[in-house]
Amino acid sequence: MAGTALLGRLTWQLADVVDIVAETPSVKTIAFDVPGWRGHRAGQHVDVRLTAEDGYQAERSYSIGSAPDSSRVELTVERLGDGEVSPYLTEELRTGDQIELRGPVGGYFVWEPSQYEPVLLVGGGSGIVPLMAMARHHAATGSDVDMRLLYSSRGWDEIIYRDELERLSANGVTLVHTLTRSRPPGWAGYARRVDAELLAEVGPSPSERPTIYVCGPTPFVEAVAQALVHLGHEPERVRTERFGPTGG
Amino acid sequence: MDGLRLDGNAVAGLLQEVFAVEMTTAVGTCSNCGASGAVGAVHVYRGAGLVLRCPQCDNPLVKIVRNDTHIWIAFPGVRALAIAT
Repeated sequence: MAGTALLGRLTWQLADVVDIVAETPSVKTIAFDVPGWRGHRAGQHVDVRLTAEDGYQAERSYSIGSAPDSSRVELTVERLGDGEVSPYLTEELRTGDQIELRGPVGGYFVWEPSQYEPVLLVGGGSGIVPLMAMARHHAATGSDVDMRLLYSSRGWDEIIYRDELERLSANGVTLVHTLTRSRPPGWAGYARRVDAELLAEVGPSPSERPTIYVCGPTPFVEAVAQALVHLGHEPERVRTERFGPTGG
Repeated sequence: MDGLRLDGNAVAGLLQEVFAVEMTTAVGTCSNCGASGAVGAVHVYRGAGLVLRCPQCDNPLVKIVRNDTHIWIAFPGVRALAIAT
């Protein structure tokens, strides 16, 4: 594990919106140019702060989806209907706008290519975002680490980064989808929630001592983490990142 | 299931603001049950303020409240905090 570097004070700065891409009907990727950005590690996030005209401020944390070698900082945001921040980011924000952010922050939910052990990534819905940074980093660095991604989505049209994931899967990352609510005609893949049986089929065995990253809504993360420990994976090798339904 | 429950990753920015080091990889020890673990793995409850709880025994480890000018931090349940240098 990398040591904890002294980082100095974390300060808010203005970031320019340079591109916005619709990923699914409720999810957008917003690309920022952040002046003086000193790079990030795969799995880190940023804090975003919005200030209303009356001074009211709302802060949320969003995972960075872009790989560390990218010159832009990309956040992929799911619109939550009753959220304070995500409706603004996904509906109101336009290319050329500026918002306040600070980061990168975090170090616990981070993957480095220097980790030699097998890696299992388990994502639910927009929990894919930090895992995507890891998968992109794996591809960009030409890593030969055994990296497997098990991605649970409600339906085919709700798979975030779908086309790019296919490309990554042809390029060294083992990709397994499961669709929990609706399936396209002829779907031959998994069609159930992530449980111990599915994790045993897809993931490395506990004897290989993989590091496992689980990200998604709180109930998803807790069910998956519990199943992994039940299968015999060491709890300290299961790293989790939860986001709540009220996190928007 | 409590939808307000997040984890230590969600307060990485706030903790770094206060401590000026990356804190999610720091290892805390619970004063109630003695379990040790990464700050990133603790449970975080967001209400009027933030409460960090031990993922093993639910003991409140840290309480954080802020306004425009101050941050108040109480450590009711941390026996030790190990920070890599």
